[in-house]
Amino acid sequence: MSGWHPSTMRSVALLAYAGVFACLKIWVFTGSSLIDTCIFMAVLASIFFATTDNVAPWASRTVLAAILLFVLPVVGLANTFYLDVTTQVAIYAVLALGLNIVVGLAGLLDLGFIAFFALGAYLWAILGSTQASMFLPGSFPLPAEAFFLVLPIGVGVAALAGILLGLPVLRLRGDYLAIVTLGFGEMVRILANNLDKPVNITNGPQGIAGIAQPLNGLAIALATDAVPEYKWQALIYYFFVLCLIGCAILVNRRLDASRIGRAWVAIREDEIAAQAMGIPLVATKLIAFATGAAMAGGVGVLFAAKQTYVSPESFDFNQSIAVLAMIVLGGLGSIRGAVLGAAAVTLLNLQVLKVLSAWLNTMRADGVEFLGFSFANLPAQFEPSKYERLIFGIILIIMMLYRPQGLVPAKRKNIGIDVDSSTGKPGNQA
Amino acid sequence: MRYSKGLVAFASLLMLAAAFPVAAQEKGTFKIVTQTPLSGDQSLAGEAIKLGVQLSIEDFGGPFDAAGYKVVLQAEDDQASPTTGVANANRIINDPEVIGVVGHYNSGVSIPASEVYAKVGLTMISPSSTSPTLTERESTRLIANRVSGRDDVQGPAAANFAINTIQVKRAYIINDKTAYGSGLADAFEKALTKLGGQVVLSTGVDQKETDFSTILNRARLDKPDLIFYGGTYPQGGLIIKQIREKGLSAKFLGGDGLDSSDLQKIAGADNMTDIFFTTTSVPFGQLPTGNEFGAKYKAKFGRAPEGFSAYGYDAAHAILAALEAELKAGVIAPSREAIAAQVRKVDFDGLTGHIAFNGKGDIKEAKYVVVAVAPDPANNKVVSIELVAAPLD
Amino acid sequence: MLTDMLLLLPTTLIDGLVLGLIYASIALGYTMVYGVLGLINFAHSEVFMVGAIVAIEVLIYGLAGTGLHPLIQLVVAIAVGGLAAGFLAVAIERVAYRPLRVRNAPRLVPLITTIGVSLFLQDSVRFVESLFGQFIRPFPSFPFFNRQIVLSETVFISNRTLAIIVLAVTLLAGLYYMVHRTRLGKAMRAVALDQKTSQLMGINVNKVIATTFFIGGVAGGVAGVLYALQFGRMDPFSGFIPGIKAFTAAVLGGIGSVEGAVLGGVLLGILEVVLGTYIPMWTNNAIGTEYKDIIAFSILILILIFRPNGLVGRAYAEKV
Repeated sequence: MSGWHPSTMRSVALLAYAGVFACLKIWVFTGSSLIDTCIFMAVLASIFFATTDNVAPWASRTVLAAILLFVLPVVGLANTFYLDVTTQVAIYAVLALGLNIVVGLAGLLDLGFIAFFALGAYLWAILGSTQASMFLPGSFPLPAEAFFLVLPIGVGVAALAGILLGLPVLRLRGDYLAIVTLGFGEMVRILANNLDKPVNITNGPQGIAGIAQPLNGLAIALATDAVPEYKWQALIYYFFVLCLIGCAILVNRRLDASRIGRAWVAIREDEIAAQAMGIPLVATKLIAFATGAAMAGGVGVLFAAKQTYVSPESFDFNQSIAVLAMIVLGGLGSIRGAVLGAAAVTLLNLQVLKVLSAWLNTMRADGVEFLGFSFANLPAQFEPSKYERLIFGIILIIMMLYRPQGLVPAKRKNIGIDVDSSTGKPGNQA
Repeated sequence: MRYSKGLVAFASLLMLAAAFPVAAQEKGTFKIVTQTPLSGDQSLAGEAIKLGVQLSIEDFGGPFDAAGYKVVLQAEDDQASPTTGVANANRIINDPEVIGVVGHYNSGVSIPASEVYAKVGLTMISPSSTSPTLTERESTRLIANRVSGRDDVQGPAAANFAINTIQVKRAYIINDKTAYGSGLADAFEKALTKLGGQVVLSTGVDQKETDFSTILNRARLDKPDLIFYGGTYPQGGLIIKQIREKGLSAKFLGGDGLDSSDLQKIAGADNMTDIFFTTTSVPFGQLPTGNEFGAKYKAKFGRAPEGFSAYGYDAAHAILAALEAELKAGVIAPSREAIAAQVRKVDFDGLTGHIAFNGKGDIKEAKYVVVAVAPDPANNKVVSIELVAAPLD
Repeated sequence: MLTDMLLLLPTTLIDGLVLGLIYASIALGYTMVYGVLGLINFAHSEVFMVGAIVAIEVLIYGLAGTGLHPLIQLVVAIAVGGLAAGFLAVAIERVAYRPLRVRNAPRLVPLITTIGVSLFLQDSVRFVESLFGQFIRPFPSFPFFNRQIVLSETVFISNRTLAIIVLAVTLLAGLYYMVHRTRLGKAMRAVALDQKTSQLMGINVNKVIATTFFIGGVAGGVAGVLYALQFGRMDPFSGFIPGIKAFTAAVLGGIGSVEGAVLGGVLLGILEVVLGTYIPMWTNNAIGTEYKDIIAFSILILILIFRPNGLVGRAYAEKV
């Protein structure tokens, strides 16, 4: 073996890996077939490899910057599907990071998490379209730039809703929370579906279309024949959501390492012992609940702008379960796990299953034979894209039975109490 | 070391996958995509549309094969969810072989997805989205089409029938709180009031609701002559069943969402007196080509077609006709915009009626027939024909 | 309007009672499992659904054309559906929950597993059903059940209603007797109080827990058949909402208690139908029937705020 430090070797391996797949993706596999999708996932995986602890920081930073700021935009401008998928993954990742605080850190099972997402989405949908003029005085839609004002308001509204819901319920045993939040999630959906009369607030089941897109002017200004407006708009959302996920990760990390984060974990592990240690149960749980809700609300505002259309169907129980499946798969309480889980479930759901279905369909239609088995005999019911719930169910069961800590277990740093002699206060960890 | 080993293993696995032989793609492949719910509780209709399109491609794809092209079906599952539908749309538009979309089933999915197709000029023909909004927006003016009717046309057609043919005076109106059901019920309510009918109660029920006693008990007191339902057959059938089991004799009228062979199965064959629905397609049993289609469909897929199979069939036919026109004009690689423009010029007799679109993408003249439901779906009878042109304003 | 409401009251109460008895039968499964394990079994709503679907299959493929009296057919279908549901519940416990119990996993883990099992069952049943045609299963119609005893225009009762009331009351009474008067019931209550001590006293805890699942499953399955009979159909996704409502009923009555589940179920059923009928009348249809589910969920939240132990439940002390 060469005399290189193992960390250097790993770093070089990482660079080589990321480089090879990035080049393949940019020049060879530009379509959206199964193989293209695999290569794209391999490129995304390099982000994951780059964030492991045992790579040299320089290599990790190089790979992250190159992939996020160069490779993905380039690939995405060529084929916007990948920008859209990445944005979608990032939106779910922010949701998963929010739920990670509630379920992963504080151990409060929230089955109606998507309701807070819905609040944020409807806020911008109503204000950013003509819908608001149905029941509010003034001229609507608000100018697209008001988005940046509504975003923090959305965060606040969702947090407030979290507090209002949490206040009565968080005093109770944990399992009741699961069912009450489930009920709350359904209530928000039903309200969104029914508040079209007597006063038309949400436009009911018809949904709200024509929602203003922030920075659309920029996209129009940049548009050329080769790269039309919609591609620039997709790129703008990509960078926007990148900032949002950066904030979410930062919030997660800072909270996780803080006093309140430790209090959450203490409550999760043993409520009674935590209470005995002087942790105010309701207040601490409430903060977790509100923080998670706030993140969902913020990303909801972005979701409405990106989709330009919201309707109650986007916020049903299945969506709450999808987010839960993401963090269970990735590892409860683990930040990298939440992002990985979000990527895996979203890609599985949006891409892999679909592509697999399409591929099987072609094989069935062409009557391809493989090892004596004719694909023409494949029953029509066997259509992978039909069985989303089945897959969520299997993820939840298998992970809980065999690997409850998830694919990327949360690591709690061991904090050695290393008393700083000059100040007499506990210093940094070893 | 474990880390780099894992990395190497992962990388080589991917290379292996990449090296796996892919079927060589022919030059000049055209893809028609279906975007319908293939999973969840609406998959029945979504599957029916998909199979209808498949049959259409087999029936009308011959000339293309002969000319050295290949037309294939790509079935997508939108899960009846706008999020999934839009994500699929964003993938599809990047595939240059895709020339047209048959979908979506739900108006709630069609509307946001059409915005995506509009970005690249890809034509879409919805077999079943009836919300007026779909074809009323400037942003999707060139590409959004439908072979189904519109709520604001179907509603008045149904109201005409209710007032003039079965002479209804007092009506209960129920909708299922979906974009389709509530739009239809609203249009019906407006038209009925205009024609002098009285709406005693107009209410929504959740789409998954199965207990209608809170409404039907009141009907026992109010004695309406008609109960109108805007929604689809799984719930509609159940409402019919409960109406009759409550001993109510009111007539029942619904929209094309009830057009399914399963309506009788769910509602019970004995409960089929005075049950009507409006639809744009004459029952298969009463159309010579319909019977033929039904038999072919059954032979191929082992089950009877649904009402929406025919819409899917015609929608795909329209796209193929547009493509054919473009190729006949001598274009070797037709652009999406050109095909979208050709779709507006197609003119043929389809399974569900005459297929020609107006400038908005609505079918020019929607022929609504009112069907009296019989205990056996094969005996469903057309009792009235209402011809209504789509509003152009 | 007042006379209208009075005229409607009898039918409304009867419909509410029927719905309530069905809720009560489902709620038993939740409450017994919660009493013994402290676990919300989300998959119970699918046990309910499977019971109904099996019974419908039995009626369609097994009993149609036998010429037996509809009541006998119904009882046979209920027996088969109930047993199938019971065995399914035991299988779920065996495969998905017992390994976790043995491992002493944190509370969140089995809770998430139950949700997983619930989703898994919905799609699996759909897969199997769609192999044989459409997956919405209509309940076969029997003219016998539609016959009504009509007292006045708004006061009437059908054979169906009578049959459901009699069957559900029998089921509930039987379960009450079993839990409070038999050795098995005593063992179940002992395990609920303290698993370790019960084991020391010679009770086979695993067997008692499996039996609890079985009995809860049978009750849920029977409730499923009655539900399908009352409302006319069942499909793989139809267990979910009645499941949540039945859980609400269990909490309303006081979770862990059989009589609480019955009380809560009947009360919730009557409240739902009465409020669902009268609120639209009071508000001139501004708040229509579509808000019915919100009524049920609001009741749940209100109960938890003001009387978290339910109407007849005792306070649970946290075990340290």
